[in-house]
Amino acid sequence: MRRAGAGRAGLLAAAGLLPFAAVVVLFLLIPTVVVVVGALSDDGRPSLSGLTAFGDPTVLRAFARSTWLSASTAAIGAVVGALVAYAVATGAPDGVLRRVVTSACGVLAQFGGVTLAFAFIATLGVSGVVTLWLRDALGVDVFANGVWLFDMPGLVLVYTFFQVPLMVIVFLPALDGVRPQWREATVTLGGSTWQYWRHVGGPLLAPAFGGSALLLFANAMSAYATAAALVSQGAPIVPLQIRAALTSEVLLGRADLGQTLALGMVVVVVAVMVAQALLQRRTSRWVAGSAR
Amino acid sequence: MSGRSRLQVLRWVVLALAAAFFLVPLLAMLDFSTRTPTGGRSGEDWAALLDSPPLVRAILASVQLAALTAVAVIALLLPTMLLVTLRLPWARRTVELLCLLPLAVPAIVVVVGIAPVYAWVTYLLGGSSLTLVFAYVVLALPFAHRALDAGLRSIDVLTLVEAARSLGARWPTVLLRVLLPNLRGAVLSAAFLTVALVLGEFTFASLLSYDTLPVAINAVGKRDAGVSVAASLASLLVAFVLLLALSLLPGPGERARRRGRLRPSPTFRSPR
Amino acid sequence: MRRSTLRAAAALGAGAVLLATAACAPPEREQDAASSDAAAATSAEDLGGMDALVEAAEAEGELNVIALPPDWANYGAIIEAFEAEYDITVNSDQPDAASQDEIDTAKRLAGGDRAPDVFDLGQAVALANTDMFAPYQVATWDTIPDAFKEPTGLWVNDYGGNMSIGYDSAKVPAPTAVADLLEPEYRGAVALNGDPTQAGAAFAGVVMASLGSGGSADDLAPGVELFRQLKAAGNFLPVDPTPATIASGQTPVVIDWDYLNAAQTAQLPTWEVVVPAGAVTASYYHQAINADAPHPAAARLWQEFLFSDEGQNLWLAGGARPVRAEAMVEAGTIDEEAWSALPAVEGEPVLLTPEQSDAGAQQLASTWAQAVS
Repeated sequence: MRRAGAGRAGLLAAAGLLPFAAVVVLFLLIPTVVVVVGALSDDGRPSLSGLTAFGDPTVLRAFARSTWLSASTAAIGAVVGALVAYAVATGAPDGVLRRVVTSACGVLAQFGGVTLAFAFIATLGVSGVVTLWLRDALGVDVFANGVWLFDMPGLVLVYTFFQVPLMVIVFLPALDGVRPQWREATVTLGGSTWQYWRHVGGPLLAPAFGGSALLLFANAMSAYATAAALVSQGAPIVPLQIRAALTSEVLLGRADLGQTLALGMVVVVVAVMVAQALLQRRTSRWVAGSAR
Repeated sequence: MSGRSRLQVLRWVVLALAAAFFLVPLLAMLDFSTRTPTGGRSGEDWAALLDSPPLVRAILASVQLAALTAVAVIALLLPTMLLVTLRLPWARRTVELLCLLPLAVPAIVVVVGIAPVYAWVTYLLGGSSLTLVFAYVVLALPFAHRALDAGLRSIDVLTLVEAARSLGARWPTVLLRVLLPNLRGAVLSAAFLTVALVLGEFTFASLLSYDTLPVAINAVGKRDAGVSVAASLASLLVAFVLLLALSLLPGPGERARRRGRLRPSPTFRSPR
Repeated sequence: MRRSTLRAAAALGAGAVLLATAACAPPEREQDAASSDAAAATSAEDLGGMDALVEAAEAEGELNVIALPPDWANYGAIIEAFEAEYDITVNSDQPDAASQDEIDTAKRLAGGDRAPDVFDLGQAVALANTDMFAPYQVATWDTIPDAFKEPTGLWVNDYGGNMSIGYDSAKVPAPTAVADLLEPEYRGAVALNGDPTQAGAAFAGVVMASLGSGGSADDLAPGVELFRQLKAAGNFLPVDPTPATIASGQTPVVIDWDYLNAAQTAQLPTWEVVVPAGAVTASYYHQAINADAPHPAAARLWQEFLFSDEGQNLWLAGGARPVRAEAMVEAGTIDEEAWSALPAVEGEPVLLTPEQSDAGAQQLASTWAQAVS
């Protein structure tokens, strides 16, 4: 293996990154830099006054709620999604079930916004189909303690609707890479199913699982169209506060606040990513024969 | 064999529960869009979708955009990730972070920063909605990267490449005939997510005033609530059918394999 | 390895910063002589009369409008009528946009072909962005009361309405005052069109609640208190009401402008609108032309159309009060049927001044979120 960066071959390899770098710089980094500059400037001059927004308890509460919402839907989505992905992966690799489930998950993973909110309102709203059925057929009033659908618990339920399919799609390739030989080897050495998952399957799938869960977390953090339709009062989470700061027609001139909040979101996602990387490094002790 | 049948039962229970959870809200939407004020059923709102020329134009634009973006994302990301895996391991974390960044900043904020770049793009390439491909490639990066990364971790890239190279294969052959067939699942996942993303992406297209399918559906739906719900369900169905068709595409090498000319691919999978 | 990662990140970041600071706008598109004539015109006479204006507009062939949903004050019919009368295609973008979105889009797409030509804005955003407007005085300028227009024609009030309570008469009893909504019959039923710290319509809803609870245009605290009580009683739904939620019965009571509530009767025959007695607040929207419009002649022709008798009557048909209503009633050109169909109003409408709006907004910014969460 040549040492990275050594000589002309290393330079050539680095040059191969140019197309990716070009697209990323033009269409991702420039907007991000504009956001950061906007957050750290005041009327065109560099200033840290925008950062005082993070001292506002409303903003801090919104960040706490956003992080909690994203983490919980990422956890639920990751676990349930992994189970569904396992159910699909253990079937025929080219069968109808797999094709149908992956196509459906592909579509549902990007389903969101006003329509998803309406679908849930029509199902579980105050006079939703399921609410009425539960009340008439089973005598259960789901909303006895207040209408939770239009609050954080409702958001968790609705976000799960697109988090689980996303997990299925991104985790399935990892499950496809699980070799039957590993299982056979464990059985030959006298291990049980639990021991297989705890010592062999689990650690090998952990990086992919962790990476997928991280994707789910970031996905939930930045989702706002669905929340905007369900919880249009009070802007409880950060993306809604950003939208309020940028597009309010009642309280004007808070575009800088929007960019400051966006900077905060970037910081949170990067922090979670770093934490997940550190955790992964600690838990992956051995990997079966691949170059890392 | 009881373990095996227990697994089968568990599989079907999980799938049935998942199907119930996901189908019920969609059925509620169907119920709303076919309801009449007198309590009967009618396909009026669905029929209204068909006589709308802007919708047809928007469907064509979005399908073209989806295909273009999927190809562009994979053509951009796959060689980059392979390069990083094989030659530039120090860049892996950077690429991973860059591929997660599009999700860290909400679309409404990114649009503020991307507007000057798009002013140039429009000036140089015209105002067609196909120029959205650049923004969509960036938006699809997190999902495509995750799918391709899972696939790359699950095959032994280094051994395959070294074996192929030592047998005299040039890089295009290595990429197309050795690596791609093994990464078919991952590439397909990445393509799925990209196509679904493009067909459902509303914020960018709307704020930059392009006329894509989600924007057109939103406009159509403004006239009537039932029509808007029918339109959303219809777009879900169209995307579903498209993805199903995509999954039926034979992967590279599979056609030859079916004709019996090649032996099974290196990672042989026995049924579990 | 980490150092290399940092180096790579730094290199990319530096490149981005350099490009971002150098991100000047691309060269301006060329404006031909005809367009710049139209862009400088402050009335139809400047271009040589209405016919010349129509000719110039039809030569441009297109008009970009923004934030005009078809069921908002009958804009759907207005756009259709305009397209039928003149050989101009109207591109209606972003029907869901708020006033601030209109200004942001104009800035974002400035210099291009897709920038909005005209604006229809709420009061606060209109008054804050007059430097983006081009002055223009329509043919019917003199029949518009002075209080409803900017002297040079930078903006003109176009239509307005009163804040109202819309309700499904098949599901809930008819409310006569805002305080009625606290009754147990309205449990899980009442929705407000937006967040008052963001949307002008919702802000006016709080003003109406305030007026009906003993407050005034200067003190919105009683209004916030009413909503706090609604939330505590379980009557208040934080969801965003849309035609879909109204038609499906998920939001049986909606506090919104009377013309928006009136439009829902078309899809839900049992939907009725009431303006509570003694708690009447009205607001007019502001029409303006983008100074940097890609189709300046078409934009001015659109203005002329909106303030003509035909345009004003079309707004009236949508349940909104056109700004030239009084002049048209005197001249006998008003649509009598639509005029008498407007919901009865008891009491003098209260219009907030910009200062009162500002003070109220600040008051809500600090009290609203706690009250309804």
